[in-house]
Amino acid sequence: MRHLLSTQDLSREDAVRILDTAEEMAAVGEREVKKLPALRGRTVVNLFFEDSTRTRISFEAAAKRLSADVINFSAKGSSVSKGESLKDTAQTLEAMSADAVVIRHWASGAPERLARSGWIDAAVINAGDGTHEHPTQALLDAFTMRRHWSRLAGSDSTAADLAGMRVAIAGDVLHSRVARSNVWLLKTLGAHVTLVAPPTLLPVGVEHWPCEVSYDLDAVLASGVDAIMMLRVQAERMNDSFFPSTREYSRRWGFDDGRLAALDALGLKDTIILHPGPMNRGLEISSAAADSPRSTVLAQVRNGVSVRMATLYLLLSGDLRRTAPTHGVRAVKIPVEIPETAL
Amino acid sequence: MTIEFQTTGTRAAGGSYLIRGAAVLGAERTDLLLQGGRIAAVGTGLDSAGATVVDADGLLALPGMVDLHTHLREPGREDAETVETGTRAAALGGFTAVHAMANSSPVADTAGVVEQVFSLGREAGWVDVRPVGAVTVGLAGERLAELGAMADSRARVRMFSDDGICVSDPVLMRRALEYIKAFDGVIAQHAQEPRLTEGAQMNEGKVSAVLGLAGWPAVAEESIIARDVLLAQHVGSRLHVCHVSTAGSVDILRWAKARGVNVTAEVTPHHLWLTEDLVRSYDPVYKVNPPLRSDEDVRALREALADGTIDVVATDHAPHPSEAKDCEWAQAAMGMTGLETALSVVQHTMIETGMIGWADFARVTSHAPARIGQLPDQGRPLQAGQPANLVLVDPAARWTVQPETMASKGRNSPFRGRELPGAVVATFFRGHPTVLDGELHSPYRDPGVAPARFGSVGTAGAAGTAGAAGGQYGGQ
Repeated sequence: MRHLLSTQDLSREDAVRILDTAEEMAAVGEREVKKLPALRGRTVVNLFFEDSTRTRISFEAAAKRLSADVINFSAKGSSVSKGESLKDTAQTLEAMSADAVVIRHWASGAPERLARSGWIDAAVINAGDGTHEHPTQALLDAFTMRRHWSRLAGSDSTAADLAGMRVAIAGDVLHSRVARSNVWLLKTLGAHVTLVAPPTLLPVGVEHWPCEVSYDLDAVLASGVDAIMMLRVQAERMNDSFFPSTREYSRRWGFDDGRLAALDALGLKDTIILHPGPMNRGLEISSAAADSPRSTVLAQVRNGVSVRMATLYLLLSGDLRRTAPTHGVRAVKIPVEIPETAL
Repeated sequence: MTIEFQTTGTRAAGGSYLIRGAAVLGAERTDLLLQGGRIAAVGTGLDSAGATVVDADGLLALPGMVDLHTHLREPGREDAETVETGTRAAALGGFTAVHAMANSSPVADTAGVVEQVFSLGREAGWVDVRPVGAVTVGLAGERLAELGAMADSRARVRMFSDDGICVSDPVLMRRALEYIKAFDGVIAQHAQEPRLTEGAQMNEGKVSAVLGLAGWPAVAEESIIARDVLLAQHVGSRLHVCHVSTAGSVDILRWAKARGVNVTAEVTPHHLWLTEDLVRSYDPVYKVNPPLRSDEDVRALREALADGTIDVVATDHAPHPSEAKDCEWAQAAMGMTGLETALSVVQHTMIETGMIGWADFARVTSHAPARIGQLPDQGRPLQAGQPANLVLVDPAARWTVQPETMASKGRNSPFRGRELPGAVVATFFRGHPTVLDGELHSPYRDPGVAPARFGSVGTAGAAGTAGAAGGQYGGQ
């Protein structure tokens, strides 16, 4: 694997290796000196054609903790907004010897184009493309769920998957890259996924996906879920008649206080609530739900840095990149075995 | 049917050609003697005296192909294609006539523009260029263009289309269908309901769901076709449906023809072969409008072409400069080149699958499109006395598509790297070889028309190449 473009073609083995490596990286984040020399002298470019401060700073923190040099290239106010093509931008970054390009783009498939076009030799990491995929978000969600699932099982999360876990993903599936990446990855890791959405916000063709589909959030909760992920609803969807009003949406498909109470009434004491952020409090999730002990929203943000460190590390120097020089040691062991004196 | 060519035919330049031993429509081998722009004789052992002999051993003779749907891009986008380069590509692909779509810049919505395109075609001399007139002014879908003026112009426009954009307003479509009855025209509809396809990027279905690309649902095509066949029946006019792409459209057309609606339809070579699965690469060379559909649609289109529900193959040749495809999928232009691969793709998808024979091939690529486009000199049987528009094909040839070697300026062939069967060995346009040995030979020069009207074109040389007709037409 040279790039991380999608979770659809990610094998169980590679997915678990990324999650295991992220566990090692998380340990670094708990040290006093939160830094490894692993990517010293390597250049990581954050190429953002669409605003996303949260994702960008998460990748930036990840790259810096690995001692990489980081260049943030925002399309807003740059030559890109003056009509420079993706091809020219890519070739510029290539000329500057970028080792990895983290790309966020409003167009589905733009990372694929960057990786496969021959314009650039760098590793490409998809940081969210249009309504296609957001693989590192799915990986950090899986990481968060795996920790929870392993803790319930009383076992170590390393090498574990999500076999048997029941996950519901609710909201605007049609426009959600997070939902797509999660469906493929969770399936690969053995979880049972149910999508819950108004019929207008499910893509034609969803019946071919490896998951269940429901229009009824209460029924899905009643059938028992171990994790519920609420997707952000863009307010502008209202103008396109996807649903009649935000209030109606909220009543039928939002995770409100009533549904939070229902989890207790149903005896689902270990069910967690995920949200990729940023949240629309009062629309798809109530404040009480977002701030409840079940909410993993902040853990997801924290885990995002670990997962992105693992991805950068494995693509740039680890054994996911088989063409890279080998270090003679298993990739997952390197970060923690480096003595801090070497820093 | 009048044979307009007759007025100048006997004075046509160039020698005579004896095609020796060609299998006409794949049947018995025979000789064809071409003289004065016509097929002078057909038979065995014809006398070669004074004629250039073309050995056609192992070759098929087919009527010159007629494309009802070609984007030549001139005027306005000469970086993408010109009449000269596009018609060179057409000749190499086995065509002797093309219909130039109206979405040029300026739009071909006046007599002046269609006459310019017509004249550019005459000057180029590779094929007959028949301009298609826009239905509405500027393709804006608001008011009718001067259809009658275009019909009465030197270009004698009979086919009208806003192709690229659907005439979606039902009242405007009705009026257009009614109005063209005055000069026996036909409206070629680009069937695409605009509201259902806002921002559409690819076929809506299982692949678009995964790729996160906005869907172009089949119903957006089918609902317009259903409306238009009913309108055509109601007002008693002629409708032609461009680039049919779905199984549902085929069903509606079959139903309409059974009811006696005067409707014809075309399918592109790419829709006979390629499917939406190619979009998984996000390579915009596969971006086209209407989009590549499913396997089921491809099967239905092939069956419809074989049983006559779909009347013709039309290329929708749509060249683009490389930067229009060298980008993100959503940013990329829609369209594929097709003139130089059409014959081979139809051979691959229809003939080698046993669905049609070469006589049917002649029907769907020549006879029927010439009839729909009302080109009296084109699509004629290969018989003595008929205009000598024909093509020699080596059906056993195999070649690999390399867009960089094509005559079209467009490099956006979706067949790049594929091995295709069948090669055009020679194309005769009005008795003159525009293509010989699989390579461009020389353009046809009309000695009767050009000097008489403009007086500045030299007499044709040995191969009819000497006419220096550049820039004399078009009233510029």
